[in-house]
Amino acid sequence: MTTSPGTRPEPRPTPETAHFWEGTARGELRLQRCRSCTRPYFPPQPFCPRCASDDVEVFRASGTGTLHSYVINHRPAPGFRSPYVLAVVELAEGPRLLTNLMGVEPVPEQLPLDLPVEVTFETVGDAALPVFRPSAR
Amino acid sequence: MTPAAVAIVGAAETAEIGTVDASSLALATDAARRALDDCGLAPADVDGVASAGLHPYLPSLVAHALGIEARWLDATMVGGCSNLVHLRHAVAAITCGQCEVVLVAHGESGRSSIGGALFRPPPDGWQGQFELPYGTAGPMTLLTLGTLRFLRDRGLDRSTLAQVVVAQRDWAARNPRALRRDPITLGEVLEAPLVAYPFTRPMCCVMTDAGGAIVVTSAERARDLPRPPVHVLGAGEANGAAIASQMPDLTSSDAFRRAGADAFASAGLTPADVDHAMLYDAAAILPLMALEDLGFVARGDAGAFVADGHTAIGGSLPVNTNGGGLNYTHSGMYGMYALQESIRQVRGEASAQVDDVDVALTHAIGGMFQAAATVILGSST
Repeated sequence: MTTSPGTRPEPRPTPETAHFWEGTARGELRLQRCRSCTRPYFPPQPFCPRCASDDVEVFRASGTGTLHSYVINHRPAPGFRSPYVLAVVELAEGPRLLTNLMGVEPVPEQLPLDLPVEVTFETVGDAALPVFRPSAR
Repeated sequence: MTPAAVAIVGAAETAEIGTVDASSLALATDAARRALDDCGLAPADVDGVASAGLHPYLPSLVAHALGIEARWLDATMVGGCSNLVHLRHAVAAITCGQCEVVLVAHGESGRSSIGGALFRPPPDGWQGQFELPYGTAGPMTLLTLGTLRFLRDRGLDRSTLAQVVVAQRDWAARNPRALRRDPITLGEVLEAPLVAYPFTRPMCCVMTDAGGAIVVTSAERARDLPRPPVHVLGAGEANGAAIASQMPDLTSSDAFRRAGADAFASAGLTPADVDHAMLYDAAAILPLMALEDLGFVARGDAGAFVADGHTAIGGSLPVNTNGGGLNYTHSGMYGMYALQESIRQVRGEASAQVDDVDVALTHAIGGMFQAAATVILGSST
C-alpha cells in the first residue's frame, strides 16, 4: 500500500453543474433528460448533447448500475492510498460515469465486469462524491 | 487522386534524448536548427511556424529564438497529435499560398520539467469535477479505462498487452537511442510491477526529454532541395469525447476512426496499401485500438494480429519500429517522434529499416482520446 502526500482534489461546481452537486449533498444522484428526444445524459449541461434542445429536465436517477470497466491504480494520486479502483459505471438509465468502487477488495478476482453496483456518497471537503459499491440486492 | 502537392524536406530529432539539461524551448529550437540543416535551408527561408505546448504563443517563441519572420502561425494544441495536425494544416496553407516553407517544431522537458509545467486540469472543468476527485493519476489511469472491457469483449486477456510490448521491444533492440532495449519475455512483462491493473510498468511508456522538427514546403520546391522529399499523401484529424470516461465506446475511439478514414480518403489509399505504421503507444492498449479503428484489421482481430507476429520484425505490417513510446522516447506529446520514424522509413535511413517502404502511416492520439490525427506519407506523389 502506498499513500500519496498532498490534498485530494475537490470538484468545483459551475452554474451548469450546480444541480448535480446540490443533489449529491442531499444523497441524490441527479441526471438530466431531454424532453424532445427523451434521452438521459451526463455530464450536466443546459441543453441536450444529442439534439441541442433546451427543453431538458433534471431527475433523480435510480443509483443502480453495473461495473462497465475499471483499472486498479497502484500509483496513487495526491491524497489517495493505493491500490484503489477507478471504475466506469454504467447507470441503469444509460449514462456512464467515472467513480470509485468501495466496499470490495481491490483485486481483479472480486471485480467481474457487469457486477451490479449501487451508489453511495463520500464526503470530500465541501462535496459529496457519488461512489459505488457492490449491490446489496 | 491529385498528386501530393506538399512534401517534408527536412527532419530531425534533438541531439540527445532521455535526460537532457535543457528547457522545452531549447529542445524545440535544437531540433528546428537540425531540421533546417538537414534540408539546407536557413531560418530566413521559413515563413510559417507551428508548435504546441502549454504556452499559448509557442510559435512566436520559436520564431523569435530563430529570427524567423512568419506570415503563418499554428499553435493548435490538441495533445500528442498536435504536430500531425500542424502538418495537415501546413499542407492546406502551402497549397493555397498562405506561406511557402513551414517549420513544425516540438520540444518537451517531459522528464526533467525544465522551462514548462505539466498540465493540471482546472477543478471546475468536467475533468476536474467528474474524474480528478476519484484519484485519476494521469494517462495510465485514463487511456486505460476501457482496456478490461476491450479484452473481455474480444475474448482476450492481459497477455495480449504483453505481446504488444514484446514485439516492440524487439524493434527497440535495433534502435541505439531507445531507453528500453533489453529483450523481454511475456512472463516478465506480466510479472512486472503494476502501474494500474491490468497495466504493468513495461506496458506504459517511458518519460523523456526530447524534441523533433520538420520542414515542409511544396513538392515543386522540394525538387531543388538535397534530401529525398517525403510526400504528404493524405491526412485526417478528428475530435473525441470531452473526457475519457464519456467515450461512447470505451473500446474504440471515434476520433481514431474518423481521422483514419479521412486520411485514407484524401490519399486515395486503403490500409492494404500501407507498408509501415507508427501507432501512438503511450500505453500498450493504443496500438491495438488503432489497428482496429484504422481498419488494418476488423474489430476484434487486433489481438490475434499482434500475437501472430504481423507487427513484429518480419511481419506483414511493421509497427512502431523505433521501439515506440513504450521503449524509445515519450516526452508527453509523442506525435512528432512517430512522424520522425515514418520519415526515416520512407527515406530508407531508419535504424530498424523495413524493406521498400513506399507508404507509411502515422497515427496519434491527442489527450485522453479527446483528439486524433492520421498522416499518410509516401516516397512518390
